[in-house]
Amino acid sequence: MNLALADIRHKLGRFLLTCVGLGLLMAVALAMVGIYQGVVAEALALSRSLKADLWVVEAGTNGPFAEASRMPGDVREIVARVPGVAAAGSITLQTVEAKASTGIRRVQVIGFEPGRPGGPVEIVQGQALSGARFELIADMRADLHLGAVVEMGRDRYRVVGLTRGLVASSGDPLVFITLRDSQLLQFKLAPTAARRSLAAGAAGASTDTINAVVARLSPSASPDVVAGSIRRWKHLSALTDAEQSDLLTRSVVNRARVQLGMFTVVLLFVSAVIIALIIYTMTMDKLKEIATLKLIGAPDSRIVGLVLQQALLLGSVGFVSGLAIILSVRRFFPRTVDLGPVEVAIMGLIIGVICILGSLISIRAALRIDPQKALGG
Amino acid sequence: MNVPMVDVVDVSKCFGGGDNQVKALDGVSMAVTPGEVVGIRGPSGSGKSTLLNVVACIAEPDSGRLSLAGETIWDAGYRVRDLRQLRRERIGFIFQFHNLLPFLDATDNVALAITLAGRDIRVAREKARNLLSYLQVDRRATAMPSELSGGEAQRVAIARALANEPRIILADEPTAALDSERARVVMDLLRQVAIEQSAAVLVVTHDEKIFDRFDRMISLRDGRIESTTRPTERVTA
Repeated sequence: MNLALADIRHKLGRFLLTCVGLGLLMAVALAMVGIYQGVVAEALALSRSLKADLWVVEAGTNGPFAEASRMPGDVREIVARVPGVAAAGSITLQTVEAKASTGIRRVQVIGFEPGRPGGPVEIVQGQALSGARFELIADMRADLHLGAVVEMGRDRYRVVGLTRGLVASSGDPLVFITLRDSQLLQFKLAPTAARRSLAAGAAGASTDTINAVVARLSPSASPDVVAGSIRRWKHLSALTDAEQSDLLTRSVVNRARVQLGMFTVVLLFVSAVIIALIIYTMTMDKLKEIATLKLIGAPDSRIVGLVLQQALLLGSVGFVSGLAIILSVRRFFPRTVDLGPVEVAIMGLIIGVICILGSLISIRAALRIDPQKALGG
Repeated sequence: MNVPMVDVVDVSKCFGGGDNQVKALDGVSMAVTPGEVVGIRGPSGSGKSTLLNVVACIAEPDSGRLSLAGETIWDAGYRVRDLRQLRRERIGFIFQFHNLLPFLDATDNVALAITLAGRDIRVAREKARNLLSYLQVDRRATAMPSELSGGEAQRVAIARALANEPRIILADEPTAALDSERARVVMDLLRQVAIEQSAAVLVVTHDEKIFDRFDRMISLRDGRIESTTRPTERVTA
């Protein structure tokens, strides 16, 4: 005869309502864990999606994500000839407010050379860039459909392909255009500014500028050795993909990550206090029943079992509700809520421990209930 | 000669200390033999509840001796180690407001007490049903306590008290929440149990309408036995 289950069945409505409340709290805690993981995943999404072994950037910088990096466009040819480099491609990066018919989208524009590293590895709908002007591949997060026309700078681009899950560390969806288009978008002065520049005596500025060169190495090449060779050029710096990933998580999104981590810890503390209070209230509601149980000779293990099982059931149902809530609404979040089985399992374990710890006060209180309380009115 | 089921010898119990010390029991001696139904009455603060708590092994006397079913429970610093087991196996409790667990039906309320004594749940439920039948509430076997009338709930509570065939039944105001008719029925049931199971029944009560149902009535005042009377007119079950 399970007293914990019988008591829950008896007050099922109240129990379920408590679980829903707890579930909402746990949904927030799980969302924070998911957003925390999402920030890291998003930070690494771009570098991973480009499948780069090496990032060649301007000397003295940790570009192109952590710091600005500008290099002449011919650096790609230099890098491509370095022993160990199998392929190299130039890229530019720029955040743009793109105007679509359905509204303005903030996107991160990547300019790359079709057929060379730097472009999206997988296109889920549509086709790759053909090399023609003003074509665009957008991530689905940008909420653009195939054939949509988007205005960026002074030009209009047509969406020819869609990717999935490609976002910048800021959470902005990525769009890919040709290197030439992106260079013009980024570096070509507006006509009035260009006229003023010429009037001031400046030569017509070249737009053949890039932010980084993405290199893929041959299987036998060591990224560290190739990076060392490239660093010998005074105007270049090189980061291996591992260094770039480390830089992204340690530097670019570190504040956001720590902030979210701290908030998650605070939320877990709040959850722990609330769970402990709920369990304590549930236990104290049964003061007379527990006193009666003790008076008729129920051993302490039976009382402990009653409190502990209810605490764990409350935690389990609350956790499952919270998980169901967050899994069903996470697609509406503007940034990735990355909840994998590992994160869910760890959170489940933490909630379990919180429930056990939270029930300790109640167990102590229950064991201290005087059986004399069962006597009299 | 019958060995007393409850034997209280010169028991004293104080609460508080210094000037605030209250002597709840002051050298109380009494005994209840098998088959006997004994009542305890007295004004508020006379020591009735303390005496019941001492006999129920939930309050430790400061001095004196307590024996239950011939075994010494308290005596000059000696006490039986597992009082909870002793309560489980030898004492049945009946409360003023029946104290049935609200989340168990009538059968399971009785069966719970049996499982606490280590019996299998199926055996316990079977025995519980038999007890409910014995007390004529078997038709309410699946009812929750909130669905039972006061008299029915008290019968289920009596069934629970009898679950482990205790030799001692302690009742705390068992008829306080019942009308005269039902109060008499409950007392007659207790007498029937006392006779059929050779149990000693000790009842704390204020309820004058059931005074004639006792073999003896012990009156307490200021922690002492003021008088012991035998009701002149008693209606047997």
